[in-house]
Amino acid sequence: MLKDITLGQYFPGETVIHKLDPRTKILVMLAYIVVTFCVKNFYGYIALAAFVVVCVALSKIPPIFVIKGLRPIMVFIIITALFNLFLTSGTVVWQFGVLKITYEGIRFAVFMVLRLTFLILGTSLLTLTTSPISLTDGMETLLSPFAKIGLPAHELSMMMSIALRFIPTLMEETDKIMKAQAARGADFDSGNILSRAKAMIPILIPLFISAFRRADELATAMECRCYGVTENRTSLHELKFQKRDVGATIAFLVLVAVVAAINFIPSK
Amino acid sequence: MDNIIRTENLCFNYTDDETGETTCVLKDISLEIKRGEFIAVLGHNGSGKSTFAKHLNAILIPTSGKVWVGDIDTSDEKRLYDIRKMVGMVFQNPDNQMVANIVEDDVAFAPENLGVPREEIRKRVDTALAAVNMSEFAMHAPHMLSGGQKQRVAIAGVLAMEPEIIVLDEPTAMLDPNGRREIIETVKRLNKEKNMTVVMITHYMEEAVEADRVIVIDNGKIEMDAPPIEVFPKVEKMKSLGLDTPQATELAFLLKKNGFDIDSNVLSVGECADKIEQLWKRVMTND
Repeated sequence: MLKDITLGQYFPGETVIHKLDPRTKILVMLAYIVVTFCVKNFYGYIALAAFVVVCVALSKIPPIFVIKGLRPIMVFIIITALFNLFLTSGTVVWQFGVLKITYEGIRFAVFMVLRLTFLILGTSLLTLTTSPISLTDGMETLLSPFAKIGLPAHELSMMMSIALRFIPTLMEETDKIMKAQAARGADFDSGNILSRAKAMIPILIPLFISAFRRADELATAMECRCYGVTENRTSLHELKFQKRDVGATIAFLVLVAVVAAINFIPSK
Repeated sequence: MDNIIRTENLCFNYTDDETGETTCVLKDISLEIKRGEFIAVLGHNGSGKSTFAKHLNAILIPTSGKVWVGDIDTSDEKRLYDIRKMVGMVFQNPDNQMVANIVEDDVAFAPENLGVPREEIRKRVDTALAAVNMSEFAMHAPHMLSGGQKQRVAIAGVLAMEPEIIVLDEPTAMLDPNGRREIIETVKRLNKEKNMTVVMITHYMEEAVEADRVIVIDNGKIEMDAPPIEVFPKVEKMKSLGLDTPQATELAFLLKKNGFDIDSNVLSVGECADKIEQLWKRVMTND
C-alpha cells in the first residue's frame, strides 16, 4: 500500500499549464499570493475565482483534486473565521451573553475565508501541475543570482531532490520494518493515541539508523562521481522560456489590472 | 608494460575511535593491474577485500606503502578528482548510490559534476545507458526498477564519467539470481567489447570464474593471485580460507580424492560433464 503514494501531489499531464516553465509558474504563484492579499472587495474575488477556474480548466485536472487541497487546512480556516466573527468590534447584529457578532466581523470572516481558500487553490495548482524535479530545477535557477551573496542555491535544490528521491525508498523500508515488527507480535492498530505513538518507536529507530547509513553511503558514492569538483556544474536539462510563458505572464498581468481596477469600486 | 594500477607494500591500519585499538586490515599488498584485465577479488567477510577496493580510487589512503593509478599517487590530494575520474566505483546497494528521480538524470550526475557541456552530457548519457542495455528505461523513476536494473543504472552512472577502470564492490550481493546474471553479463561485455579494465570484489565463486585473474585476499594478505583455472582446483586451500569453489570443480575434486582418475582442473558444469564422460568411457573400455 505504501508503494502507491505519489510524490508530492503532482498530477501528470501534457497541458499548457503543465508545460509552462517552472520559473514562470513559481513567480506567478508568488505574485498571485500577494494579489490575494490586496483584494479589497468581493468583486475582486470574482475576478480571482474566474482566473483560478480558467487555470484549472486549462490544466485538465479534475476540480475535486484541487478542492481536496483545502482539506488539510480546513480547521485553520474555520478557526480564523470564528476568531474574526466573534472578536471584531463594530455594529452589533447579534448578541448572546459575552458572544457578539458584528457587521464588520461577518465581513472580515468572509474575506478571510475567501482569501485563504484562493491562496490554497492557486498554490496547489502549482504543485499539481509541476513535477517535484522541475520545481527544484526552477527554484535553483531562480535562486542562483543570490548565490553571490552566499545563498547555497544549488545545495538547497540538491538536498530537496535527494529528499524526494529517497521518499519511496524509505517508505518501502518502513513497510518492511512494520511487517517485521508485526510478525513478532507488534500491534500498531489498537489502543489510544498514546499507545499507538509508543508502538511507532520501534519502527522509527531502525528507520533512522538505516537512513543515516544510507546517507553515509550516498555521500561516498557522490564523491566517487566527482561531486563538488567544479563550481561550474553543468546540467543535462536547460530551462527555456517559451511563447506560452509570455502568454501566461500577460494573462496574469490582466488579472492584476482587473483586481487593481476593482479595488477602486466602493464596496457598499 | 601497461599497468593501470600498481600497489606497493600497501598497508592499512584501522583505529577504533572508542577503544583506541588498532587493527591491521591490509598487510603488505603489492600487485599490478594491467589495462583491459578483468580481475575478481575474493575473500570471506572481513578479509579486507572491500578495504582494498576503497584504496583504488582514494576513498582510503594507505597507512604505509603506495597506490598508483596511472602515474598518480593516490595520496596526492590535489589529484583526487583525476583519480576518481579514472576509477569509477560501483557499490553494493544500488539504492544508496542514486541521486536523481529519473534514470537519465542520475546517469548525467557525474558529467554534470565535471562541468561537461550539455550536448556532450546528452551523448555520454545515451552511450552509457546503451552500454548497459537500459536505454528504454531512460525516463523511468529508479524506485520502479528491479534490483538488477538499478545496479545497471549505477554502472551507467559511472560509465558516463568515461573512466578507464571500473571497480565494483560486491555489486551483486543484494540481487536475486536474475539480477546477478544481468550484472555479470554487463560487466563481461564491457570488459570484452569496450576493453574496460574491471576489478570486481565478490564472494560468489561462479562470478569469479568469469574473470581473467583471481586475487584471493585473506586476513589482509594476498593468498593467491592466478587465473581461475589455477585457483579453484585447489579446493582444500580454498576451504581453509573460508571460501567455496564452484560446484563442478568440487565434484571433480571429490571424485579424484576418492580414487577416480579424473583431471580436476575444471570450472564449469559443461567441462566437468566432459571429464566425467571421458572417465566413464575409459572405465568401460578397460573393463
